[in-house]
Amino acid sequence: MTSIAARTAAEISQRGRIRSAAFQGFFEGSIKAMLIALTLLSVLTTVVIIAVLVEETIGFFTMADHPEISLWSFFTGTEWSPLLGAKPLFGVLPLISGTLLVTAIAGIFAMPVGLLTAVFLSEYASPRTRSILKSVLEVLAGVPTVVYGFFALTFITPYLLQPLSSSFGTYNAMGAGIAVGIMILPIVCSLSEDALRAVPQSLRDGAYALGATKFDVTAKVVIPAGLSGVVAAFLLALTRAIGETMIVALAAGGLAQLTANPSQQVQTMTAYMVQIFLGDAPAAGVEYRSSYAVAFTLFLITFIMTWTGAVILKRYREEYE
Amino acid sequence: MKTGRTIPQAKRILSNRLMWAACLGATTIAVLVLSALLITIAIEGTGALTWSFLTSFASRKPAQAGIIAPLMGSIWVCAICAIVAIPVGIGTAIYLEEYARRSRIKSLIQLNISNLSGVPSIVYGILALVAFVRFFGIRTADDAWTFGNAESIFYLQIPFGPSVIAGGLTLALVVLPIMIISSQEALRSVPQSLRQAALALGSTQWQVVWHVTLPAALPTIMTGAILSMSRAIGEAAPLLVIGGFLLVFQTPANLMSDFTVLPLQIYNWAGRPQSDFHKIAAAAIIVQLVVLLAFNTIAIIIRQKLQRPLQS
Repeated sequence: MTSIAARTAAEISQRGRIRSAAFQGFFEGSIKAMLIALTLLSVLTTVVIIAVLVEETIGFFTMADHPEISLWSFFTGTEWSPLLGAKPLFGVLPLISGTLLVTAIAGIFAMPVGLLTAVFLSEYASPRTRSILKSVLEVLAGVPTVVYGFFALTFITPYLLQPLSSSFGTYNAMGAGIAVGIMILPIVCSLSEDALRAVPQSLRDGAYALGATKFDVTAKVVIPAGLSGVVAAFLLALTRAIGETMIVALAAGGLAQLTANPSQQVQTMTAYMVQIFLGDAPAAGVEYRSSYAVAFTLFLITFIMTWTGAVILKRYREEYE
Repeated sequence: MKTGRTIPQAKRILSNRLMWAACLGATTIAVLVLSALLITIAIEGTGALTWSFLTSFASRKPAQAGIIAPLMGSIWVCAICAIVAIPVGIGTAIYLEEYARRSRIKSLIQLNISNLSGVPSIVYGILALVAFVRFFGIRTADDAWTFGNAESIFYLQIPFGPSVIAGGLTLALVVLPIMIISSQEALRSVPQSLRQAALALGSTQWQVVWHVTLPAALPTIMTGAILSMSRAIGEAAPLLVIGGFLLVFQTPANLMSDFTVLPLQIYNWAGRPQSDFHKIAAAAIIVQLVVLLAFNTIAIIIRQKLQRPLQS
């Protein structure tokens, strides 16, 4: 026979609830310290990325046996031929133009289609249609990018582009660009839709009460009100397009050339990096090191774009109650 | 009012119809694209999808090639990625949402995380190559710290070299920002009243998190975790940089094993000119998509079954 008080005390201590205040304080403190350490990991990641890229890039620009490489020749040179020819040339412009060409094609496809689909989802679709379409977009968003590269090679180029014009080769900027566009479509669409749905219903109702048509409401009220979100969605999607690797490595070709012709093959910054890291370029060689300089350029471009997106969202957001 | 102009009714009706048609057209394009993608892959791939394709190693002859090595590689790498990225992501989210006060440092960390989510995955590959594969050059592969013997499952060497563990940690870096952001959103959606009630009962801050906030946010966090993992399992670029092998003739035995993953194998086969290789690439894509579909289904089930309304 034990007293109720003793039994209760035994039950409580079995569940481990009785702790001294000092232990509790120590426990809370160490948990907090651990969480801070985990948070600092992501800061550390950024620091190490920048440190590695800066160090290797400086190494590339100061190579003793390649005095001709300078910041100026790197950013203004119009020829990128690190592996061919007697004298390697490192002018990054063809790689940047290739990247921008593919990104522009992707954007021209994905931004209007994505925004209009978002409008359809948020303004026109019934809840049932909406949930079906959302799952279609979720499937598209989950497809690995290498699959889109395969799609560009086996469907877009041979069945859509080559029947249009015989100038399209197996590898071309157009096919890769469209595939990248398909890849970023769900991003444009779901983020824009979030922005449009965040516009309060009262604004729409107000416009309808004034006799506006659905077009008036959408084009003159909802889209302007959600514009900062839509622009941020575009920027984020374009950033993804610039950094996309597997599609362009498969479908855009491997020839770095300064061209705006979408039927030609181009090499993007990411595709060049794949070429170097897959190949057997010696780790101390100039072409291997050049990939770090390219990576740094890519990092800076995407960093600036993401940052701009964050600023736009923060500064130009229309707040509604 | 500055507009003195009235737009004729016919024109307004027309613009309204056009807008509807344009929106419907755009949506149709999205659906058509997905159908074309799935149909192309199904036509190319179903013929090559056999049991022996799932259980054989890669081969020079497309008819005898299989995906057992990349399939097991994907499972290993994804498991390591999950073990690292999910707890770290949730921990970071808890700190930022439940502990950190509004401050300049907090908003800088937040900005840093959103910037990290925009960094191309191939750049993470470079970081991983230097940090995990080469350990910043502090030790070379010939002169590595070794733990356990090479036959044991606990065998480990530092630097890791292009091994399964390096691959898993690389993917963990890639998906960490996504994991943090989705967990933060999940925690943010827990009503403040629940926390206040727990605090009023004398709970410490961690007790509030552990017994109240986390359980309430867990279904949403799990959904985010599964979506992060489906991103990880589809990544190829960073693994290509760290030296994931394109042809592997063994399944991983421990953390130091060579590996390849499904997307890398697909890349290898899709990049060849012969159409027979395109067929097995498509078959591998079908396997990959089935895995992803399973992931998405689990996420949807969790979202629908476990999510209880928190406010009535």
